[in-house]
Amino acid sequence: MKNFFVSIVLLCIAGSSFASEQDVLMVRSTMPFPEAMSSLQNSIIEHKYTLSRVQRIDVGLEKAGFKTSRYRIVFFGKHDEMKLLTDSAPQIAAFLPLKLVIFSEGDETMIVALNPLHYDSATNKPEHTLLLKRWHNDIKSIMEDVRKEE
Amino acid sequence: MKNFSTLLLILLVPLTAYSAPQGKQLYQQNCAACHGDMGKGGVGVPLALASFLDSVSDRYLFTTIREGRPGRVMPSFQDMSDVQVEAIVRYIRSWSKNKAPVYPLQPIKGNSANGKKLYAQHCASCHGADAKGGSGTGVTFSRPRDLPIIAPSLANSGFLAAASDAMIKHTLINGREGTPMNSFSRQGMSDSQVNDIVAYIRSLQHTTTDQKTDKSEPAYIKYESSESMKSTLAALKNAAIGANFRIIREQLFEQGYVEKGKEDSKKIILYFCNFSMLNKALAIDPRVGLFLPCRVTLIEKDGKVSMITVNPSAMSKKFNNAELDKICAEMTGMYRDILEEAAL
Ligand code: HEC
Ligand code: HEC
Repeated sequence: MKNFFVSIVLLCIAGSSFASEQDVLMVRSTMPFPEAMSSLQNSIIEHKYTLSRVQRIDVGLEKAGFKTSRYRIVFFGKHDEMKLLTDSAPQIAAFLPLKLVIFSEGDETMIVALNPLHYDSATNKPEHTLLLKRWHNDIKSIMEDVRKEE
Repeated sequence: MKNFSTLLLILLVPLTAYSAPQGKQLYQQNCAACHGDMGKGGVGVPLALASFLDSVSDRYLFTTIREGRPGRVMPSFQDMSDVQVEAIVRYIRSWSKNKAPVYPLQPIKGNSANGKKLYAQHCASCHGADAKGGSGTGVTFSRPRDLPIIAPSLANSGFLAAASDAMIKHTLINGREGTPMNSFSRQGMSDSQVNDIVAYIRSLQHTTTDQKTDKSEPAYIKYESSESMKSTLAALKNAAIGANFRIIREQLFEQGYVEKGKEDSKKIILYFCNFSMLNKALAIDPRVGLFLPCRVTLIEKDGKVSMITVNPSAMSKKFNNAELDKICAEMTGMYRDILEEAAL
């Protein structure tokens, strides 16, 4: 009986894991850029991250012929977590602070991020992996917030 | 015992909720970014088009989701359960009132040498000389392009695994109304010529050299210098400038995360850029902003300075975009040269 019980619990845990672990996380929002951008920034802050900087790269895209007028890189993170990781596994600094790229596409907006789970080649400590999982969940949740808002 | 069954019930509820996944939701989360909310198109083939849905089997959709299109941006969804993939297929199917076609899986016999000639004559202009597809796939709606829909890659292990000969034949005979892919029967191609082309496309299965996704390649590049932070930074700037990069920004790693003046001075970020290269990469895939412009983080620890940067080559593989590989490999080479020189 006990075994049965354990297997049920295990099944439940398995069932709740994410459907797919893509290398690049991506969503399309039906909101135009300014609204999507403010929704993104709000959600980042609601998830208790510090938003440190927004970098523009518009010029390049238009030169490349894209009909994309706006392109930004949004940097965010939590100081204690960034410190913890970079103190013990400096190579992970290549991916920090965390980043989201947001760009307009006509009336819609695309948001992309690298999947933090794939930073694990830069660290193999179990406690780091837990943190990477949390970042992954948070980024997905932030993207879902923006996608769902209309 | 009663308590036990209550517990069981509570535990089972989330389980059943998960075993009936919502195709629509899965589609919106995993596919809509590229294919559009209602499959109206975007970067790949518009999935909601009647002529598309009428010519592909559920098996084709299922296998395509599983295998993706290696090197052609379309990811492979290996971690989804069969039930989840099936739910997505059913959702895509719900866009059409017609029943899904079912094709026999038997190979179609034909003269592939003759098919190759016919291919060069009738198909190469769109699908590419080596059938690797039109260029510029999988970026965005807003990208400038020659055709409203970029011709997919046929010499692709994902496509060849998904498509049966009969499905390919059907597509050649009927074309895809509403896309640049025309009916070749209507253009007077005979049944045996169509068979020859099908045989040729199938023969590409043995020649496809899809990029091998070497996920073991580290995602970062790291060099160490035993000089001080100050002189390592100066050497790095010199090396970058020497390699035709422009220094665009220098900042403390913790800037914006702690009170001004309290940042750790042993962690520094240096940004530099080669704008023509950046623009070239952006034109191929706008997602490259995730690792460009070039940025090196310097961290001083135990008397050594580590210089760390993202490995563009490893990133390119994550984007599953073969067109991006070359320029990223070039960048990786340049980064290595710069860091090596600065570490001397
Ligand atoms: C990162 C962008 C991206 C995502 C995400 C994506 N696709 Fe695709 N998909 C593409 C591209 C690009 C192609 C065309 C490949 C080519 O040009 O050879 C494609 C092709 C396809 C095809 C084959 C169409 C044909 O007959 O050529 C199907 C079916 C498909 N995708 C379904 C899906 C489904 C279902 C999902 C979600 C589970 C999904 N895609 C997620 C970009 C994407
Ligand atoms: C004018 C450009 C053009 C030409 C010429 C052309 N195709 Fe296509 N082909 C396309 C496009 C675009 C699609 C995607 C159609 C869609 O959106 O469903 C396509 C789709 C296909 C497909 C279905 C693949 C898939 O992933 O869904 C096959 C097979 C195919 N073409 C084979 C051929 C062959 C063989 C020839 C020559 C006899 C040919 N095509 C000529 C543009 C072209």
